[in-house]
Amino acid sequence: MSDEANKGLLSPLRRKLLMGMAAVPAITMLPRASFAQAPATSAVNTTGLAVTDTEVTVGILHSATGTMAISETGSIEAEKLAIEQINAMGGVLGRKIKFIQEDGASDWPTFAEKAKKLLVNDKVAAIMGCWTSASRKAVLPVMEQYNGMLYYPTFYEGLEQSKNVIYTGQEATQQILAGLNWIAKEKGAKTFFFIGSDYIWPRTSNKIARKHVENVLKGKVVGEEYYALGSTQFNSVINKIKLTKPDVIFTDVVGGSNVAFYKQLKAAGIDLAKQPLLTISVTEDEIDGIGGENIAGAYACMKYFQSLDNANNKTFVPAFKKMWGEKTVIGDVTQAAYLGPWLWKLTVEKAGSFDVDKIAAASPGVEFKGAPEGYVRIHENHHLWSKTRVGRAKLDGQFELIYETADLVEPDPFPKGYQ
Amino acid sequence: MFGDYSIGDLGSIFVMQGFAGLILFSVYVLMALGLAIIFGQMGVINMAHGEFMILGAYVTWMTSNIFQSYLPGLFSGYFFLAMILAFLASGALGMVVEWVLIRHLYKRPLDTLLATWGLSLMLQQAYRSVFGAREVGVELPQWMLGSLHVTDSIEVPINGVFVMGLTVLITISVAYVLYMSRWGRQVRAVVQNRIMAGAVGINTEKVDRYTFGLGCGIAGVAGSAFTMIGSTGPTSGQLYIVDTFLVVVFGGAASLLGTIASAFSISQTQSTLEFFMSGSMAKVLTLLAVVGILMLRPQGLFALKVRK
Repeated sequence: MSDEANKGLLSPLRRKLLMGMAAVPAITMLPRASFAQAPATSAVNTTGLAVTDTEVTVGILHSATGTMAISETGSIEAEKLAIEQINAMGGVLGRKIKFIQEDGASDWPTFAEKAKKLLVNDKVAAIMGCWTSASRKAVLPVMEQYNGMLYYPTFYEGLEQSKNVIYTGQEATQQILAGLNWIAKEKGAKTFFFIGSDYIWPRTSNKIARKHVENVLKGKVVGEEYYALGSTQFNSVINKIKLTKPDVIFTDVVGGSNVAFYKQLKAAGIDLAKQPLLTISVTEDEIDGIGGENIAGAYACMKYFQSLDNANNKTFVPAFKKMWGEKTVIGDVTQAAYLGPWLWKLTVEKAGSFDVDKIAAASPGVEFKGAPEGYVRIHENHHLWSKTRVGRAKLDGQFELIYETADLVEPDPFPKGYQ
Repeated sequence: MFGDYSIGDLGSIFVMQGFAGLILFSVYVLMALGLAIIFGQMGVINMAHGEFMILGAYVTWMTSNIFQSYLPGLFSGYFFLAMILAFLASGALGMVVEWVLIRHLYKRPLDTLLATWGLSLMLQQAYRSVFGAREVGVELPQWMLGSLHVTDSIEVPINGVFVMGLTVLITISVAYVLYMSRWGRQVRAVVQNRIMAGAVGINTEKVDRYTFGLGCGIAGVAGSAFTMIGSTGPTSGQLYIVDTFLVVVFGGAASLLGTIASAFSISQTQSTLEFFMSGSMAKVLTLLAVVGILMLRPQGLFALKVRK
């Protein structure tokens, strides 16, 4: 990443470096002080974490194998990129970040076990990891028991808040409400058809969406359907959509089902250019499998698109592609995963310590100006203030930005009136 | 629930729903045919069936890429070549697997379950290492997308018609091969009495290998066809395996006719129920019905003698 994007970040570091240079004659007399600005380990690490004078260890905990590897690969790549960039800038409190990668193998007990291993055996200072809500729920008690720090990247259903977790993705109200408002106003939508995969995130999201449609937008939900994870046959529900003729199809279908759903929608002659469809589960990553021609015209509602036109993103995307290949695409969660190591670094520097308690306390108010999605800030509830955006899928698999909220949307994991 | 709709609307929806059921039926038959041959004729429980299907899907993906790069003029017809290649690739892999692994386990049918399950994990990881963990998008020629416009409200998906046609073709070919050809007679002879078949000069090992290869090859063709309606990723095969086993077991393990009858009843039940209630509930009720019938008829709808 070029310095340009991170001026805000670099300047305090530079100042410290300059101060350090001024002190070079004194420092050369000290043993092992390889970084001018590095404070003593005993001062920044009082709880026995894996921090030495030159290194600090963090954990990366995602599924590199099993069914979730499809989704989590992007997150692993983003976190490694962020760590490499931070190290290139001198690391955190003068220490290079070393990471230990563990494989959750798409199996929730394995996630909990590996999290315990990272915290108890490896004494990592923070964990970047988890993807599905199920894996986070499995890891959460471990994080709380052994007082670890988890940076969790996925947009999720909310209804959770922990001292030991920073949620770098959006919670449900942040992601959904602005999108529904936009489509109701823009398309004059009154009737909605919900279709989702059958587990906690789509069900909670649809519950919130239904309350909003009925109470705030004064519209009507004409259908709400759930299909088991991995379902590949949607012809019946597509017929129901044709029968009820909703103004908007609102979808949170995930995984392999997504591909089947859009292919069959297209084959059934539903033209997404004429039939508005709003999804909260399809990012650039999913379109890779669905095929741009099958989903072109659909609207997606989230906080980041690879095509965003801002200075941070213009350096982030090429850096990502340089590291992981020209053909890789970057979806919403991948970007949120990239924020994890950066937010942790900034918080450590704000707290002046690697201690988890101090980081948890210092997190609210931490700002990251270099985020590819634009400026973000950590809220008191450990979620991020972020903008919500609507994009339209194009044939080439990218989204074209159609709308974004004027201000950052406040995270509200326990929304009143929506439960 | 029908009060708000006109007669015309309802009529066309019932037609559409009929097609949806038929498409589901074809998909089930296509999925289950390869497994039915292997399970029925050889008594081998092939847990890696889904992975043989996905091999076919990846072959299709590679063929489409090659055509796009080198023969863009012929792209509209690549799918037919891709299906043949998928058959050959999955069939060849199946024969190798039979030779390396399965033939040592014929006397221990339950162990084939474990061995092929292990094989499925190995194949998944192999796909992940070779093709990457992300799903790949298989680009289809333009004529295979979209739908046939019958009336304003009746539209028939082209890919569904294609799958139906393919299913009929493959079922007839398999029936012909098994019941009319010389080789099919040998297969059935081995199923009925392996020792006697060997005594009259049938090379039973060769018959086993080709039978397994044929089953896997058909799985490959099915995988190739499903690139039109589903996803292609290292673990996509897992999406099909449960339904496939359901169809085969419900139909009665050794019977081709049973497989077809079972696919028909399960698909019709499911697609009708799906229309009146939510997808998950429909699945639950379908499974309950299957369990109930299997309790009354443990041998499945149509039972033949299996090799012991």
